[in-house]
Amino acid sequence: MLEGVGLKKYFPAASGFAVGRPGAWVKALDGVSVRVAEGETLGIVGESGSGKTTLAKLCLLLERPTAGALRFDGKDTAAFDRDDLRRYRRSVQAVFQDPYSSLNPRMRVEDIVAEPLPADGGVSRAVVAERVREVLQLVGLRRESGALYPHEFSGGQRQRIAIARALVTYPKFLVLDEPVSALDVSIRAQILNLLKRLQEQLGLAYMFISHDLAAARYLATRLAVMYAGKLVEVGECDAVYTEPLHPYTEALLSAALPLHPGTRRQRIVLGGEVPSPVNPPEGCRFHPRCPRAMAQCSRQEPEWKEVKPRRFTACHLY
Amino acid sequence: MRARSRELPWFAGAILAALVFAALLAPYLGLPSPTEGDITQRLIPPVWTERGDREHPLGTDRFGRDVLSRVVHGSRISLVVSLVAIGVAGTLGTALGLISGYRGGLTDAVLMRLTDVGLSLPTILIAVVLVAVSEPSFRNVILVIALLLWPRFARQVRGETLAIKEQDFVALAIVAGRSSAWIIRRHIFPNVVPTLLVISTLQVGYVILLEGTLSFLGVGVPPPNPAWGLMIADGRGFLATAWWISFFPGLAMLSTVLAVNLMGDWLRDHLDPKLRQVGGRAVEPDEPAPEPVGDGVRRAGARGAAAGADGG
Repeated sequence: MLEGVGLKKYFPAASGFAVGRPGAWVKALDGVSVRVAEGETLGIVGESGSGKTTLAKLCLLLERPTAGALRFDGKDTAAFDRDDLRRYRRSVQAVFQDPYSSLNPRMRVEDIVAEPLPADGGVSRAVVAERVREVLQLVGLRRESGALYPHEFSGGQRQRIAIARALVTYPKFLVLDEPVSALDVSIRAQILNLLKRLQEQLGLAYMFISHDLAAARYLATRLAVMYAGKLVEVGECDAVYTEPLHPYTEALLSAALPLHPGTRRQRIVLGGEVPSPVNPPEGCRFHPRCPRAMAQCSRQEPEWKEVKPRRFTACHLY
Repeated sequence: MRARSRELPWFAGAILAALVFAALLAPYLGLPSPTEGDITQRLIPPVWTERGDREHPLGTDRFGRDVLSRVVHGSRISLVVSLVAIGVAGTLGTALGLISGYRGGLTDAVLMRLTDVGLSLPTILIAVVLVAVSEPSFRNVILVIALLLWPRFARQVRGETLAIKEQDFVALAIVAGRSSAWIIRRHIFPNVVPTLLVISTLQVGYVILLEGTLSFLGVGVPPPNPAWGLMIADGRGFLATAWWISFFPGLAMLSTVLAVNLMGDWLRDHLDPKLRQVGGRAVEPDEPAPEPVGDGVRRAGARGAAAGADGG
């Protein structure tokens, strides 16, 4: 359904009094290819600064890729005409991390939720109002909540409003950018359950971006691991969890809490820091921190290849 | 924050109420005409002095016009000029500020250099130039003031717009397929209104002073209109012998500007925290889930109205 090929996004690096062409670029996203099929959940995990949110912004057409193409149902989004764009805006919606910043404090909930419904679609106010009540109920809020303002709701409830708003146009794909990261742990599980239920009921596809591995595992069918603007591993979610291929994935998983408190686990502690996106290391970007780095890792960038059926990674070990 | 500033400034409020009252009801107060005087009654001092006359509580000027009546009627001029000038400058400045902040890039650069020019225009020079090419009139006063005022609005609104633009609800509106015009109208503008209210109020004092200055210099409101600045200029030659001609309009101007500024400060103190709350996180923790984690349905919690119904 949605397919990104070799997506790159470079931002000009801010430098005091830069005039003309900037000398340095922040390589937020450097050649990422992903695809999301109907009804599936692609989980995207990685540290802060790995390019997850930039990828989300590209998918939502909030930013244009520096290079690479984003195709929706086979058609390049760069070649969209008005109707294509309108269709895209109806089919693809988003939920963001911050439930406070996501809702305009000066709009009523019903207006917020109705925002994606086009005013010129020939639908009457009554139809819109009924649809708004319907989705509010769908996400577990009262049908009458529409008359209230966002500040009358708690964080979890606000996130439900954000989800309701994303559902109002009967979309088939939602970009969920850290939808539960700002919430209390207890509320988090409720929202995750809600998202799962909605997906089953409505046949939605999700791109679920998170740094919370447990949350990603709960929702995702496939998992993509990002590091410093690149994908390091993609595979079926369970397979990646049980048998990580890339050393970075391995380290990331070892940092998460085990499912059972009694489980003995080997913690892999990485030295160093995430490399600067302005000037990433030569060769494999992970090599300065990699516990299994070899000589060629610092010289040659590993190829992206299918090392096992439906398991992709970029590492010289395979 | 100082507790003092939280209270409504009653003194300032009272002065402003009196001003509005005087401006609205000036023709019905049974005062003598502010523009036509009796030349035989000229230069009568205020009523509490030796030669005072009960007919003219604040005395008369050199044409025998009643000072009280002129001060009261002058409030209309000050009020109308400041409201209209701020209305014109505010509308223009807000529109340009919103566009500049939202569009960014070249539009922003051009518009902001234009406001720089606007902010650096010397008041008196503009006024004198304008008067050199046309007669003093109400319209010209308002034009000059609006010309000097709009960049202040544009600047402030642009800054505010830049901050609001970064909020997620703006990105989500784009994802929702809404146009820039819609986003500016429904998302940015409503969140700029509190700031607008504050700067407008704070500008009233400035405008009254500006109008006074222009009138004093003879390039503002044309005589014989009872503008305060004009009255002060009128009494300039009589300060030693008939101080009241200049003193009372001066006092009126001083107290009005003071009151308006106090009010503006109070408004700013009160609206600012809410302003910062736009998108900022109020401390508002989620209530703990009242039931085991189920299908995300919560029964009425403390926030009853908003809490879940029965899960559909």
